[in-house]
Amino acid sequence: MSSTTLTSIQEAERGTSLWQDAWVRLRKNKLAVFGLIVLVTMGVVALFTPWIAPYAYDAQNLDLGATPPSARHWLGTDIFGRDMLTQIMYGGRISLAVGLIATSVALTIGVTWGAIAGYVGGRTDAIMMRLVDILYALPFMIFIVLLMVVFGRNIILLFLAIGAVEWLTMARIMRGQVQSLRQQEFVEAAVSLGLPARTIIRRHLIPNALGPIIVYTTLTIPSVMLLEAFLSFLGLGIQPPQTSWGLLISYGAETMEEYPWLLIYPGLALTLTLFSLNFLGDGLRDALDVRGSKD
Amino acid sequence: MTCEAQKTEMALLEVNNLAISFVTRNGTNRAVDDISFTVESGSITAIIGESGSGKSVSCYSMLGLVPMPPGRIDGGTALFEGRDLLTMKEAELREIRGRDIAMIFQDPMTCLNPYLRVGEQMIEPLVYHQSTNKKEALERARLLLEEVGIRDPKRMLASYPHQLSGGMRQRVMIAMALINEPKLLIADEPTTALDVTIQAQILKLVSELQKKRNIGVIFISHDLAVVADIADEIAVMQTGKIVERGNRTAIFDQAKHPYTQKLLAAIPSGSKEAIAEAAQDLIQVRGLKTWFGQGEQTVKAVDDVSFDIRRGEVLGLVGESGSGKSTIGRSLLRLVPITAGSVRFDGEEITSSSGSELKALRRRMQMIFQDPFASLNPRMTVFDTLAEPLLLHRIDSKQSVENSVLTLMDDVGLARSSVRKYPHEFSGGQRQRIAIGRALATRPEFVVADEPVSALDVTIQAQILDLMQELGKEYGLTMLFVSHDLAVVRHLADRIIVLYHGKIVEQGSGSSLFESPQETYTQELLSAIPGRALLA
Amino acid sequence: MSRFIAIRLLQAIPVILAVITVTFFLVRVAPGGPFDSEKAVLPEVKAALEAQYKLDLPLFQQYTAYLSDLAKGDFGPSFKYPGRSVNELIEAGLLVTAELGFYALLIATLVGGLAGIFASLKPNSAQDYVPMSLAMIGICMPTFLLGPLLVLIFGIELEWLPVTGWGDIPGDKILPSITLGAAYAAYIARLSRAGMLEVLSQDYIRTARAKGLPEHQVVLKHALRGGLLPVVAFLGPAFAGLLAGSFVVETIFQIPGLGRFYVQAAFNRDYTMILGTTVFLSTLIVLFNLLSDILAASLNPRLRHQFHTGGMP
Repeated sequence: MSSTTLTSIQEAERGTSLWQDAWVRLRKNKLAVFGLIVLVTMGVVALFTPWIAPYAYDAQNLDLGATPPSARHWLGTDIFGRDMLTQIMYGGRISLAVGLIATSVALTIGVTWGAIAGYVGGRTDAIMMRLVDILYALPFMIFIVLLMVVFGRNIILLFLAIGAVEWLTMARIMRGQVQSLRQQEFVEAAVSLGLPARTIIRRHLIPNALGPIIVYTTLTIPSVMLLEAFLSFLGLGIQPPQTSWGLLISYGAETMEEYPWLLIYPGLALTLTLFSLNFLGDGLRDALDVRGSKD
Repeated sequence: MTCEAQKTEMALLEVNNLAISFVTRNGTNRAVDDISFTVESGSITAIIGESGSGKSVSCYSMLGLVPMPPGRIDGGTALFEGRDLLTMKEAELREIRGRDIAMIFQDPMTCLNPYLRVGEQMIEPLVYHQSTNKKEALERARLLLEEVGIRDPKRMLASYPHQLSGGMRQRVMIAMALINEPKLLIADEPTTALDVTIQAQILKLVSELQKKRNIGVIFISHDLAVVADIADEIAVMQTGKIVERGNRTAIFDQAKHPYTQKLLAAIPSGSKEAIAEAAQDLIQVRGLKTWFGQGEQTVKAVDDVSFDIRRGEVLGLVGESGSGKSTIGRSLLRLVPITAGSVRFDGEEITSSSGSELKALRRRMQMIFQDPFASLNPRMTVFDTLAEPLLLHRIDSKQSVENSVLTLMDDVGLARSSVRKYPHEFSGGQRQRIAIGRALATRPEFVVADEPVSALDVTIQAQILDLMQELGKEYGLTMLFVSHDLAVVRHLADRIIVLYHGKIVEQGSGSSLFESPQETYTQELLSAIPGRALLA
Repeated sequence: MSRFIAIRLLQAIPVILAVITVTFFLVRVAPGGPFDSEKAVLPEVKAALEAQYKLDLPLFQQYTAYLSDLAKGDFGPSFKYPGRSVNELIEAGLLVTAELGFYALLIATLVGGLAGIFASLKPNSAQDYVPMSLAMIGICMPTFLLGPLLVLIFGIELEWLPVTGWGDIPGDKILPSITLGAAYAAYIARLSRAGMLEVLSQDYIRTARAKGLPEHQVVLKHALRGGLLPVVAFLGPAFAGLLAGSFVVETIFQIPGLGRFYVQAAFNRDYTMILGTTVFLSTLIVLFNLLSDILAASLNPRLRHQFHTGGMP
């Protein structure tokens, strides 16, 4: 079709957006695709655990005790005769939920804070980011331990505490993004067209700041999960009767001489998830061409 | 040895049938295709070409500075004093680099190591190649810095690169390149990143040093005008091939190849006549001040500037970096906060407009930006970009906007069929066309064009300038044309204002300013235009 | 430069003060007094105890009293171990933890730094993939999993190395140091690789090669400093992470260090001990952050001069 006869834009050939480009690049990255598949599988399993778990969560068999993996118990049983696979599935629900919820907390606070600081600029920006700097210097790990000690081992508090630590990085990234985007000529062009601020933010800033945010979100989830597992291992995180991978590892470590599978399988589940998230994060970083790195 | 006798007849560097490819995942890409040229001692050979023509790759690969892979030498020889550089081992080549063949690069800001003192970097070639002791080497460096025109060489040796201006850094680079008294100097766009007056100084310096030392120079540039005064031989490259070779007069006076002719034609020349005085003023600027920062750190980017722009004229705003030329344009469009002064647009004071008043104003005045890669939202299609102003200002309804966008595409010379593509799918010139389309979509009366062609290849520059002139007439535009390039401004503008450090130095019609500049700074600026003698 | 240090020191003071204040009041508002668990304590005894620990004073006066004690370097007595001061406990644990932390940091910087540099010199080759895959494992393998696994393999299965204690049997320091250092070695390897790759693509590296410098000089003299700057800046956060990691490692290997004391104090609700250790560790972390910032700034002439003079025009 000749270009001059074209009268409706529907006839024109569709271009390839940067998102489509990134998706094509991501699909070529085998490790990232592997990570994505593992994560989707884990997500589905976690979602339907109560229906698909081979045993009930609280089913004990004290007579059976700890047994190595067998046909009846694929990943063995713990000292109370509980099915390990079931334990890991339920533990995964909590671990993944902590990862997702705490990251959402961090994302919400961080993105809002950073976007406001970056967009408003000037004194507001200076004060807001100064606060982030000060908080950054605080030894948060120790504070979280303290919080858990003082207020008891409360899962909601855990979400909030972890989210409160991780939002700082998110705020810095978002502010940096918004600031550099604001100086871009296309945003200046949008201003000179007379677009209102909310349209500029919606159409010109957010879609362009999204890439780094997606990447850092993907990379924040594993560090949040590690933090939860760390606290649970010390006995300061998730408490029985609930369980998480960190807690299972902690039990496993106590009895690893006699029953190594109680350490190895939950460890494997956590490590595999962290691997997948990191692979996906790295893959997204390359695919979306996000410069600089958090670690 | 017979070698000695041969040397006198032999060219310093003789490149024959050099071919280089890059092997990538998407296939093999021939970057340099069968090129041959020679460089004699005591002469300057210029290699001219636009981006991607292979001009730099050919020189870098001879010295082993192109990583292989992905680079690959497919054939040819590069005889330096009779020895083939292409077949040398890395260790042999390293002996030649920095001793017999030295290089200077385009961007002096990034080519010096920011973590090391100037002195330490300068003496490296001497210490490494000649095992000179540090003290002697530093003394040699000091003398060379003096020779390249640095006033306080002792202090310079102890400085870090970030403490120096661009021009100074390029002088340091040159001194460093010459410290081993090389026989061949390769200069890769050494003045492209510099202001025009500094460019003139550096060109003069390179030419003097070359004559004094009687060495060979390869001068790589995208700009024929730059080499017009200094080159002895010129080779013009296009997409990996040398399309024309000859001495300076042959190239400038009797260019045979159409591409060379195109490059020559792309050098803007001639000046426009001013339109009649009778035309009304569209914009009146009085005592405009735009300052940034506070207290001691205040930058007076625009400091008490007054001028008028007449309806229908193109006013050229010329100055070097830091002259405040871009800030004036942005101030008129209310894109930066104005510190003091008055701006009247069509009789109306606009410095305090806000809300719907400002929005109505924005419809009538628009901007075209310098960098077409930064001025388009990479996540919006051309259609969305062009439709945005039309819908915002309710010029079109959702139904009629399609047609208007397609017409706009015609106007700026873009194929209608690419209307749903994204900016990254276009070349630089095409992107600038999109940006022009966006600026003109609301049919504004006044447009600020901020260096609209300086990021483009020379042949593309000419096309975009033509387009702007054409559309200017068609749309009846009044334009403020901001540029560092006097030749471009002279070609396009009715009247010209020369700025220096935020203040107006001189203003007048193009011809009067060029023929009888009153102020010293203007004279200096004019004499710095490269290739004036040959191109006049 | 000295001005830069002075400014940063001044900025650290409010941070440390904030840590003290927040910790103090957090601990005080915590539900349950320290002596509630003791059964059948006579009211007079409890009152005497509370007076001894100044708990009978109004809250704000307790706070100011604590501050003035701190200013004298006195962290007060331990709740749980009557007769022992928090200072004694910190001193006892500090040396062990400091030694453990030092070895771990040494492993992290040496192994991680070298691996990263090595990988960056030949990107996308085996020389890059092997260390970087190991680094990925290091990042995904949490300390509390790596520790038990190492114990299982090298202590129990192979019986090569002792698995508990610190300085009691030769070789008992090896596993804890590796466990604590591994994750940070992995981080530093990735950081230094990324930093080196960034620097090696800079124009001034091309200049150095154009001068004819041999490759090892290009790397050592021109690339290393800029490439490792991110690593130096990371040392502060890494130190904080190492301290937190020592909680786990000292628990796994039963090492009598500060981290283990802290965790025990947390379980025992030994409030003065928690308070004292938190303040002490936090101050240490803030100071170490400061140190790594200063070090990073002193390596970067641009930053160094920013706080010195305006430089030449």
